[in-house]
Amino acid sequence: MGIETSCDETAASVVRNGTEIISNVVASQIESHKRFGGVVPEIASRHHVEQMTIVVEEALEQADVTMDDIDAIAVTEGPGLVGALIIGVNAAKAIAFAHQKPLIGVHHIAGHIYANRLIEEMKFPLLSLVVSGGHTELVLMKEHGSFEVIGETRDDAAGEAYDKVARTLGLPYPGGPHIDKLAQEGTPSVKLPRAWLEEGSYDFSFSGLKSAVINTLHNAEQRGEEIDVKDLAASFQESVVEVLTEKTKRAVEEYGVKQLLLAGGVAANKGLRTRLTEMFGEREDLELVIPPLSLCTDNAAMIAAAGAVMYEQGKRSTLTMNANPGLML
Amino acid sequence: MIVLAIDTSNQPLSLAVLKDGTVMGEKLINIKRNHSLQAMSEVEALLASLDVEPASLKRIVVAKGPGSYTGVRIGVTLAKTLAWSLKIPIVGVSSLLSLAWPGKYFDGVVVPLMNARRGNVYTGLYEYRDGWQTLEEDRNVAMSDWLVHLAEREDRVFFTGADVDVFWEEIQSVLGKRAYRVSEEEAYPSAVMMAKHAEGLPDEDAHGFVPNYIRLAEAEANWLKEQEKKNG
Ligand SMILES: [Zn+2]
Repeated sequence: MGIETSCDETAASVVRNGTEIISNVVASQIESHKRFGGVVPEIASRHHVEQMTIVVEEALEQADVTMDDIDAIAVTEGPGLVGALIIGVNAAKAIAFAHQKPLIGVHHIAGHIYANRLIEEMKFPLLSLVVSGGHTELVLMKEHGSFEVIGETRDDAAGEAYDKVARTLGLPYPGGPHIDKLAQEGTPSVKLPRAWLEEGSYDFSFSGLKSAVINTLHNAEQRGEEIDVKDLAASFQESVVEVLTEKTKRAVEEYGVKQLLLAGGVAANKGLRTRLTEMFGEREDLELVIPPLSLCTDNAAMIAAAGAVMYEQGKRSTLTMNANPGLML
Repeated sequence: MIVLAIDTSNQPLSLAVLKDGTVMGEKLINIKRNHSLQAMSEVEALLASLDVEPASLKRIVVAKGPGSYTGVRIGVTLAKTLAWSLKIPIVGVSSLLSLAWPGKYFDGVVVPLMNARRGNVYTGLYEYRDGWQTLEEDRNVAMSDWLVHLAEREDRVFFTGADVDVFWEEIQSVLGKRAYRVSEEEAYPSAVMMAKHAEGLPDEDAHGFVPNYIRLAEAEANWLKEQEKKNG
């Protein structure tokens, strides 16, 4: 069983052998947070408490199993909003204690990566491009449970940049899907920077790009010029996608990986999916795996999938496990 | 019938296990330590030391607030998830009442206090007469207003909880000799007292059980204010 409450989704799932989803229940709070223009941690925590046992019960019911059939409880230990993580962690501890089952703390990003194993068996070495509201990372895996972060963002995560740009463009929260949709309709005609950073670096930086978009808008406003929002969205998306995919390509070559996995909420982005498919979809020496949208956004099946591997490896957490908002992969 | 009671709404952690109304064991940890880290494992340790299996628990009593939002949520999450897992009832008791126990034999009314910052307190008005009676519901109020309100009564008033310290001078200046305070070594919550008090309370459903925050989340309060402005 997997439990996930790191941000604004209360989720529970039953997964068999780490590869087969039996049930995957997600109670999203997005409607509640929309009025605030973003996730409010205190509100998120309150919703998690309301939903927690209901969601877990539903996961068991949909899977048509009882706790007796469950071998272990895996829960997101971090990173994320501390007040939100605490609810899942304590609920998982209570379930593990009540039923005397093993407890396994899972890293949220490990979960996102392992969402792919619910689609396709992993082949090592593999590279995972993780893009979400809180993360932009290139993770190299040589075997199960081993993660090497070869590149990460130095400022904003890609999803964060999307949300901030969307706010500037006056789009509703969450902004990512709106920009993606506008970008499909526009042409990338506005000149925007690409942050390649030092030669050979796999790190990312999106804050300069975000500022450039905001400046472009302000300057146009001051000059009284109309700017086509669709073209601006397309130009922004083009810059993000180009940097992400070019760095990914370089890493794919350097490490000679057999599989490339896309992970995280921004994996739902059509522009990114399309470009990756164009670049890597036809290659015979490399398998590209892109999970369906429901497995890209936060869910508990991915936590169960990652937890299953840790369970096999004999990893266990104790009842003193705590939510760890700054947990390292 | 074995009952487990949990209070994590203050800095101290208070746990109790009662069998047929008699205390089997209790635990108080009164140092600054994260409840999210310790509460579940301390429950495990207490039950183990009493040779009580989780499956033997028949009822869970929990401090439902008010108090530290995060603190209350940890206790409530543990309690409702344990109750749901073990298919047993849950009962919520005021976190303020959990602080009131030293006033049990006091001749007058009992006022537990929790500092809610910026001159505000979580408080209520209680009295022990054939069990604990709630004279006035728990609330979040400016301490100065609350004292004016208490001064209108004729009773002697006993203040409980560790936060009495913060307000003692102010209390004395308004209530004078009618004010009494809890001694330092009794200024902590009591899960035993909660468990006893809960014997007279109805069972509640785990799924629907939520903390009694008393206050709206700040963002929500601001949002409501803005809606009112917009709607004139
Ligand atoms: Zn995520």
